[in-house]
Amino acid sequence: MTRTLMEVQGIRKKFGGITAVDGVSFEVREGEILGIIGPNGCGKSTLFNCILGQLPPTEGRVMLDGDDVTGLRPSAMNRRGVSRTFQLLQVFPQLSVRENLVLAGQEHKGTMFTRLFGPRDAGLTPDANQMIDFFRLGHLAEEKAGGLSYGQQKLLDAAMAFMAGPRMVLLDEPAGGVNLTMLGHLEERLRAMNTERGATFVVIEHNMDFVMRLCTRVVVLAEGKKIAEGTPAEVRANQAVIDAYLGH
Amino acid sequence: MSRSVILKTFGVLIVGALIFLPLTLNRYGIYIMSLWAIMTIAAMGLNLTLGYAGQVSLAQGAFVGLGAYTVAIMMSAGFGFWLPLLIAIVITFAVGWLLGYPALRVQHHYLAFVTLAFSTLVFLVFRNEEWLTKGIYGIMGFKRPSAFGVSFQKPIEFYYFTLGALVLASAFMAWLVRSPWGRAFVALRENPVRALSLGVDTRRYTLMAFAIGSAMGGFSGALYAPLVEFVDPTPFTLALSLNLLMMVIVGGSGFFFGPFLGAAIGVLLPEWLRFAHGWYLIIYALFVMILLIKTPTGILGIIENMIAARKTRAASAARAAASAGLDKV
Repeated sequence: MTRTLMEVQGIRKKFGGITAVDGVSFEVREGEILGIIGPNGCGKSTLFNCILGQLPPTEGRVMLDGDDVTGLRPSAMNRRGVSRTFQLLQVFPQLSVRENLVLAGQEHKGTMFTRLFGPRDAGLTPDANQMIDFFRLGHLAEEKAGGLSYGQQKLLDAAMAFMAGPRMVLLDEPAGGVNLTMLGHLEERLRAMNTERGATFVVIEHNMDFVMRLCTRVVVLAEGKKIAEGTPAEVRANQAVIDAYLGH
Repeated sequence: MSRSVILKTFGVLIVGALIFLPLTLNRYGIYIMSLWAIMTIAAMGLNLTLGYAGQVSLAQGAFVGLGAYTVAIMMSAGFGFWLPLLIAIVITFAVGWLLGYPALRVQHHYLAFVTLAFSTLVFLVFRNEEWLTKGIYGIMGFKRPSAFGVSFQKPIEFYYFTLGALVLASAFMAWLVRSPWGRAFVALRENPVRALSLGVDTRRYTLMAFAIGSAMGGFSGALYAPLVEFVDPTPFTLALSLNLLMMVIVGGSGFFFGPFLGAAIGVLLPEWLRFAHGWYLIIYALFVMILLIKTPTGILGIIENMIAARKTRAASAARAAASAGLDKV
């Protein structure tokens, strides 16, 4: 049986009188691609932010490899091998594509002090080049990230999340705003990342076809609560899901 | 002529001018050139804090003052120059680190106000704590340094001393901003949330940006005291912090050579405009206003934009030529 990498236990997040996430629990198994779907405003991104320490949960726990990592800072979570992308593009526009990738990996090399006296690229240029090739961004390696098209920036954003060789990556709407050609490319690269490198994903996405094709399991949220969990086929057939989300 | 040849020729001319021009200047001219070198170091520190790491600070003038007073007080007490210099750097680094803590909570204009309050507080200490700073009477009676039997007493000698210090500070800054720390500082400025999610300890880098930038201010102040050979609170009001901020922004915030240009405009330009007599400050103010309206990214920012526009035009021409070729096929 596949090992459990992360356990999310009863996460609740309140903003004043509003409960954005209401006692959501699920587990992430090593090597799987888990989808999280739900209508707009159902708490998906808030849930991500609670898991990754961007927001402190009001209640609940996040266990990583059996350790309680609830409330750890995002940088500490990242150094424990949990990486993420954001709903809105988050690259560093003034840095080149290669520099973005080196930055994404450098904090995993030695300590802050040894990095200062180490090589300028923290010894990451070969890894960055490999990632550039993997995401087929070779012709853009020296370009400033801010000058790339939206789809290319999405690819870079995803590549950055993989740069430090994470055990698990949380992707927040990776397909959002990406044209069909680029989407196919992104999907194919993510799948390759999963099969060739054994990367585990949790994917928030609105594009149902994308989720159903890519994910091995799906968790469905509605109004902050988990209403279903299962394989894509099971979820698609679930009446509560049809009523709350798919039926609309 | 290729771009690199032009740049190299320009560089050699500038270095030559910095070495030989002061030999032709009078005492006051040499003083102004020394002041330019010292203010460049202070602006370079602020450029690290603000330009690279994106942390607003209106306190750089206070750190210049802290450095100057540390050296003046210790040298008056009989210490030589080098130990007070070291102590000035250590003190301003530590105080800068502490001033960085509010930056972990507040940003932008709120942070500007916190640093402004600090700046005012430091000025009040300089003015009111007479037992230590001699208040408005100031501290005098300390000499310029010497090293390895070489004296830097004469204005031209001290100018070369400050130029050497500027070279050292520049080498340090070039090394720092090209290191992984430099990349992390830029990440902190451009997108702290994303930086955090990539494992960048934004808290430590914020504090470091403040501490190192402030220590550069302290270093600059430690050179200012022996330049003037008299230290009183007047030069270290908020006006100095604002002037340093202007130097960084006008030169090009986040560009390595921005502070050099900015300090030239902040220190040298008013002197060059003195031919206009009573009008020179008005002309200077108008010049700076027009410059900032036309080039909000600073002088180096507009040069970079021009280069980018040229590249874009060349790429568009290449695309057009390629598509014309395809049409023929």
